[in-house]
Amino acid sequence: MLIALKKELELRAMELKDETIETIYFGGGTPSILETEEIESLIDLVYENFEVRSTPEITVEANPDDLSSEVLKALASSKVNRLSIGIQSFFENDLKLMNRAHNALEAKECIEESKRFFNNISIDLIYGIPGASNEQWQENIQIALDYEVPHISCYALTVEPKTALESFIKKGLVEPVNDDGAHEQFLLLKDILEERGFVHYELSNFGMEGYFSKNNTAYWQGKSYLGIGPSAHSFNGQQRSWNVRNNSKYIKALEQDQLPSEIETLTKVDRYNEYVMTRLRTKWGISLNYIKKEFGELYLQYLMDQAHSFIEGHLLFHDKDQLYVSKKGLFLSDGIASQLFKLNL
Amino acid sequence: MKHIRNFCIIAHIDHGKSTLADRLLDYTGSVTDREKQDQLLDNMDLERERGITIKSHAIQMEYEYEGQEYVLNLIDTPGHVDFSYEVSRSIAACEGALLIVDAAQSIQAQTISNLYLALENDLEIIPVLNKIDLPSANPEEVTDDIVDLLGCDPDEVIPASGKTGLGVEDILAAIIERIPAPEGKPDEPLQALIFDSVYNPFRGVETYFRVINGSIRKGQHIKFIATGKDYYADEVGTLKLNQVPKSRIEAGDVGYLITGIKDAREVKVGDTITDAKNPTTEAIEGFEDVKPMVFAGIYPVDTEDYEELRNSMEKLQLNDASLVFQPESSAALGFGFRCGFLGMLHLEIIQERLEREFDMTVITTVPNVSYHAFTNKQPDDVILVNNPSDLPEPSTLNRVEEPYIKASIITKADFVGPVMSLCIEKRGQITNQTYLTTERVELNFDMPLAEIVFDFYDRLKTVSKGYASFDYSPIGMRSSKLVRVDILLNAQTVDALSALIHADNAYTIGKKMCEKLRELIPRQQFDIPIQAAIGAKIISRETIKALRKDVTAKCYGGDISRKRKLLEKQKKGKKRMRQVGNVEIPQQAFMAVLKLND
Ligand SMILES: Nc1nc2c(ncn2[C@@H]2O[C@H](COP(=O)(O)OP(=O)(O)OP(=O)(O)O)[C@@H](O)[C@H]2O)c(=O)[nH]1
Ligand SMILES: [Mg+2]
Repeated sequence: MLIALKKELELRAMELKDETIETIYFGGGTPSILETEEIESLIDLVYENFEVRSTPEITVEANPDDLSSEVLKALASSKVNRLSIGIQSFFENDLKLMNRAHNALEAKECIEESKRFFNNISIDLIYGIPGASNEQWQENIQIALDYEVPHISCYALTVEPKTALESFIKKGLVEPVNDDGAHEQFLLLKDILEERGFVHYELSNFGMEGYFSKNNTAYWQGKSYLGIGPSAHSFNGQQRSWNVRNNSKYIKALEQDQLPSEIETLTKVDRYNEYVMTRLRTKWGISLNYIKKEFGELYLQYLMDQAHSFIEGHLLFHDKDQLYVSKKGLFLSDGIASQLFKLNL
Repeated sequence: MKHIRNFCIIAHIDHGKSTLADRLLDYTGSVTDREKQDQLLDNMDLERERGITIKSHAIQMEYEYEGQEYVLNLIDTPGHVDFSYEVSRSIAACEGALLIVDAAQSIQAQTISNLYLALENDLEIIPVLNKIDLPSANPEEVTDDIVDLLGCDPDEVIPASGKTGLGVEDILAAIIERIPAPEGKPDEPLQALIFDSVYNPFRGVETYFRVINGSIRKGQHIKFIATGKDYYADEVGTLKLNQVPKSRIEAGDVGYLITGIKDAREVKVGDTITDAKNPTTEAIEGFEDVKPMVFAGIYPVDTEDYEELRNSMEKLQLNDASLVFQPESSAALGFGFRCGFLGMLHLEIIQERLEREFDMTVITTVPNVSYHAFTNKQPDDVILVNNPSDLPEPSTLNRVEEPYIKASIITKADFVGPVMSLCIEKRGQITNQTYLTTERVELNFDMPLAEIVFDFYDRLKTVSKGYASFDYSPIGMRSSKLVRVDILLNAQTVDALSALIHADNAYTIGKKMCEKLRELIPRQQFDIPIQAAIGAKIISRETIKALRKDVTAKCYGGDISRKRKLLEKQKKGKKRMRQVGNVEIPQQAFMAVLKLND
C-alpha cells in the first residue's frame, strides 16, 4: 500500500505544480495502518515533489485506541503538528451505543497524553445520541472545555444503515434519533462554546481564533486539493476526481502506472451549486460580489430571487455583500441550499 | 341480409367479455395464430395495461353453419359505468346480445343495467354462464339466478369458458339460430347509426356504423344529421382485424367510413348518417350529446407548459370526443383548463394519457359535479357552476340544485346494513330493496352524484368486503344546500383547493381535508398553518410543523460532490410540486379530498 501511495503521489505531482502546499492531512485511522516512519516518509515525499510553505498544517486524524504514548511521541517528533481525535463522547453509555473501540477512561487519558506533545488538537464529539440527556451533553462539552483543546468538531448522530444501532432502534431497544432533541443540543453547544471564545466557523466546527482547521476550510473555500489513496477525492477548481474504493484494485492499477480514478468536470451550474452549498455552512456565507464576478449578474439575480422568502422568514440574512444562514436556519441549511440551487439543463 | 348477425357482448366489469370475444375470433378463424393475444380487441395501451375495456370494439367474423356462410358482426363493449352511453349505442346497432355472467360472481349491477338497455332495444338475449372452469364457480345456482332474472328456460343458458374455449361452438350456433337477421330496407334512403369512432393520425377519424336502411358506397355524398355536416365517403369497408375496403355496405351490415374528418368532435356517437341529396326523413332515435358528469381543473405542473398542455388536450380530444375543456385561470395555479369527464375513471384515464402519451405532468384539482345556482336578483336564470369559484356569494344566492342519480347496488344479504349506512351517510334515499335470491339483494337509492365522486367506490368495496357492485343513471336536478369550503395555507387562500360541499358535511370534510393536507404536504423550513374556511369563518385548522433538521453534519472533500448531487435531486423533485406563496404543494395533494378516508 505504501508503495502504491508513493507511486500515486509522484504520478500526480504535476497536478498541483503551480500551487504551494498549505496543509497535509492524514485521514481517519491512518496511524492504525501506517507506522510513524511511514507517515514521515510520505511527508518527505510531499516535500520532494511539491512546493511546501514554511509552516504547513500537518494533521493526523486518529481514534483514541490508535494513540498510545509511543505513537504520540513518535508523531510529535515528526513534522506532524496537529491531531484530530475521534473522542465522540466521554460517557460509557454513548460509546457503547455507537460501538466504539475505546471507553470513556481511554478517551480522557488520550487527551491528557496528547496534550503533553501537541498544542493544536481537535476533538470530535457526537450529539443527539438516543438516551443522552441535555445535562449529559452539557457535561460532555464541559469536559472538553476543561482540557482546553482549541478546536472541537461536533456532529449530530446519524443512524447508518446496517449498523448495530440501526438494528437496536428497529427492535425498539433504543429510542429513535430525534431531530428536535438534536437541535436543542446543537443550540446548547453553540451557546456554550461561543461564550468560551470559540468561533462557530462551520456548521460542525468550532475553533479558537488561529486554530481553525486550515485543511477543512480549504474545502469550503473551493481551493484545490489532491487526495491520495483508495477512495480519496481531489479537486482542481474545475474537476473533481475520486479513486476506487477497493484497496487491491487501487494497488493493482498503480502497479501498472495507472491512476485508478474517475473524473467529473464541473459545469458552471455545478460550481455555483457547490459554492452555495459549502459557503452556506460557514460563517463567511455567500459573497454576492463573488457570485456576480464568477457567475454573472443573472446568477446573482436568480440567487436573490430564490433567497427572498428565506430572508423574509429570517432563515437567511442579507448584509451588504454577504448572504448567510441565521442561527434559526443553520440546522436547515441543506434544504435552503437546495432551494438556492440552479438545475443543469 | 339473411346471413348477417349483429350482436354485442355485454356484462358486468371483468366478467370476461373481451376474453370470450378472443375465443369467438379464434374459433371462426378470424385471426391467425400470429395475431393472437389475450383480449385482442383491447388495443389501446391503457386498456391492455389495466386489463379493462375503455372503448367499444367492433369486428367482423365469417362462419359456416349447416352448410351456409354467415357474417357475424361482433361488438365488445366496456363494462364500466362511465362508458354506458357508448354501450347503449353499441346495443342500438345490434339485434342480439350475449349477456355474460361470471359463474363465480353471478349477477351484478352492470349485468342488470346493460340487460335493461338491451331489452329496451328489443335485443334477443343469449345468456352465457362464463368462467365455469373456475374452482369457485357455482354453475347451478348462477344458472338459477339468470333464469330468475330473464324468465328464460334453463336450457337457454350456455355454459362457457373464455379460458378453455368451452361452449364457443354452442354460442355461435345460438347466435345464428336465436338472433334474428337484420331487417333493413335496402331501397330506402341511407340511414346508418354511428356507434363508435376511432382516431387514426394518418387517416383522420374512422367512423364505425351500422346501416339500418339503404346502403352506403364509396364516393357517396353523405350527411351527419345531428351535426348537419356533409362529407364524401372516401372509403368504406368492413371491420376485420384489419379494415377491408368495399365498394358498398348494405343495409343490415356493419362497417367503417373514412371521410378525412380530423376532429373527433364532428363524429358523434349515436348520430345518423344519411345521403346528402336524398336524406332519410328520420334520424335514429336515442342520440344524445354526451354530457360530462364530473368537472375538474387541469393545470401544468410547470406554468410554462400551458401552451403545450393545450396542444396535448386538443390532440386527446381528437380521439376522445367525450372530453370537453375550456381555459380557466387560478390564482394559485395560473392558466389551465376546466375539463368535463364522463366520470372518475374517465378523469383518471385522461390524466394518465396526458402523462403517458404527451409526457405532460399535470395537477388535477378537486373534482366537482355541475350545479345550477340561482340568485335573488334573477331567480329564474340558471347559473352553471362547474367550478367552485362560479358559486355566487352566499348573500346573493337564492338556491342551488345538484344532479341526482338513481343508484343500483347489488350485494350479499350480509352487507345490506353497512351498504345502507354508507348510502345514507352519502345523502342517499332508499327507493327499493329487492331480494334477487335469498343471498343477494338489489338496493336502489336516489343519491346526489357529487357523493359518488368523493370516495364512494372505495368505501363501498370496503364495507361490502368487495361483494357489492354499483351502477347509476342520472335522474335530474334537485335542490341542495351547497357551500364552498376554501383552504388557506399560510393564511393565503389556495383557490385550486376549494371544494363545493353540501352544508351538512362541510365541517367534517373541511377537517378531513386539513388533516389529509398535513400528511401530504412535506414539512418545510417554517410552520405552515392549514385552515378550512367557509367564507370568513374558519372551520378547521392544522399545522405542518417546520422541519427541525435538514442538514448533514459532515461536508468534507469527498462529501461535496455526493451531497451536491443529492441536493440537486431534491431540487428536481420539487419541480413536481407547485409553489403557492412560499408553500410547496405536491401534485397529488390537489386531489387529496378524494381519498379522505384512507
Ligand atoms: N378462469 C377464467 N378466467 C377468465 C375467463 N374469462 C375471462 N377471465 C379472466 O377474467 C379477467 C377479465 O377478463 P376480460 O375479458 O378482460 O373481462 P371484460 O368483461 O372484457 O372486462 P371489462 O372490459 O373491463 O369490463 C381476465 O383476467 C381474464 O383472464 C374464464 O372463462 N375463466
Ligand atoms: Mg373487456
